[in-house]
Amino acid sequence: MFPELNDLLNASPDRAEPGKLTLLCDAETDGSFLVHHFLSFYLKADCKVCFVALVQSFSHYNIVGQKLGVSLTTARERGQLVFLEGLRSAVDVFFRAEGEAHPLHFLREAKAASLQPLYEFVREALEPVDQREAAWKRPVLLVDDLSVLLSLGVGAVAVLDFVHYCRACVCCRLQGNIVALVHDSGDAEDEESDVLLNGLSHQSHLVLRAEGLATGFCRDVHGQLRVLWRTPSPPAQRGRSLTFQYKIQDKSVSFFAKGMSPAVL
Amino acid sequence: MGAPPLPLEAGQPAVTSSEGVGEATGRSREMLESLLGPGGLVLLRDSVEWEGRSLLKALVRQAALRGERVHVLGCEVSEEEFREGFDPGTYSRLVYHDLFRDPLNWSNTGEALPGGPLGVLRAMCRRTGPGPVTIALDSLSWLLLHLPCTTLCQTLHALSRQDSRPDDSSPVEHVRVLGLLHEELHGPGPVEALSTLAQVEVTLSGTGDQASAHILYRRPQHRPTHKIQWFTILPDFSLNLQGGSPPKSQPHPDPRTHPQALLCRGLGQATSHIFYEPDAYDDLDQEDPDDDLDI
Repeated sequence: MFPELNDLLNASPDRAEPGKLTLLCDAETDGSFLVHHFLSFYLKADCKVCFVALVQSFSHYNIVGQKLGVSLTTARERGQLVFLEGLRSAVDVFFRAEGEAHPLHFLREAKAASLQPLYEFVREALEPVDQREAAWKRPVLLVDDLSVLLSLGVGAVAVLDFVHYCRACVCCRLQGNIVALVHDSGDAEDEESDVLLNGLSHQSHLVLRAEGLATGFCRDVHGQLRVLWRTPSPPAQRGRSLTFQYKIQDKSVSFFAKGMSPAVL
Repeated sequence: MGAPPLPLEAGQPAVTSSEGVGEATGRSREMLESLLGPGGLVLLRDSVEWEGRSLLKALVRQAALRGERVHVLGCEVSEEEFREGFDPGTYSRLVYHDLFRDPLNWSNTGEALPGGPLGVLRAMCRRTGPGPVTIALDSLSWLLLHLPCTTLCQTLHALSRQDSRPDDSSPVEHVRVLGLLHEELHGPGPVEALSTLAQVEVTLSGTGDQASAHILYRRPQHRPTHKIQWFTILPDFSLNLQGGSPPKSQPHPDPRTHPQALLCRGLGQATSHIFYEPDAYDDLDQEDPDDDLDI
């Protein structure tokens, strides 16, 4: 995890707020560094993590995780991490008998209508089964990323329903957290993407939006991060919003105010 | 208005020198009462930046304080989250129809509400008792994403006009429907269709950290009237009105400030407003001038 991002969010592994949906969004840049941050954050917080990884392989996340001080292999072996490797599972689904449950069953359907099997996978992964589960703190669902589901033919409403059910189960019933990444395509004609992004934003308590710089590529400033707190209680018409710029390094990310990059000071 | 407002510090509400706490509370109650109105559909249009659930809860609280039964069709948040912050009186008058836990019957345990979302909505059309009633739909956006627009509009029309059924000889009781709509999720067609059904339309916006409500009243045989109100919602879901456009917000130390950097505030929305204060010589006739034509 990135300590500077923890400072900005006023969060730490030993006091993660329960029952929250955090939405990660990227526009014209790669926001996957945020996924790596939260993955290592919750593993270090001794949470039971279900990671629906649809974009990269297990070894990719493991290599980055090791730079951030966590071993996904160890976490998986001791039962702390349930990892759905989408790239590998997507092939498995075609070799299963008809009727056998599979979380990515929608790939077999001509018109993917429901992500209920994927929700059942998440629910079974995170629901405590017996007393051994008491070793872990609250459950966490991490998804990288939800926009891939749109590309695979799932409708935006079906994805919103999936997140809705996960929220009801993981956040409300199990008092866990959800972190999900979604892309902002920036295409005004991509209505499904807009509905998904805005629908998820309305369901979220915290929105982290990574954007590329309007001026293009810069060696010392890789993008800017906008943080929007949408806490429902105490009631506020508008959550607090702050904007930072950042630079991604090999094992960390540094954050600074706009125009205050150490390279230009 | 009375005396000009006193100089303000950041975050303080605008209160004139002649206005006490009681009058401010009265104006807040007046605003909520004007939104609740005589009946029909009140459309609350919010966005990601300016959420509307707090105002919906403030209206629910006001209706409960009037002694009304309040039915909430909860699709987006849990019952615990929706009830959070209400006083015991409001809490007890609130009936929560839970469409959040299992709206699509995925659990198959038989606990889901019968008939799904449309069934629950139609059941509300059948009046079960006398007395005024307020129905809060949280949210219309969720219903619009899961039901055909025409079906939803027809059901809303039936829901908000229960007091005018021709075969009902019982005394007319007011039914008020509060609908929360997330504007960005829908195209102009469905939004306009819902807008035409509404007697009152509130669009939430703001500048900096200050929220505003752009209120459009549609009264039969009257010209629509428009009003802008700046407000804050308190933790108990009562309203605190601001006297006019907010003062320029002063920069203040942020306790979460990164120790090594000055932080920029988030980009605020650029909105422009026209504030019109009628004086004694203005003749504002709310009646529709076309009524004078004998056509």
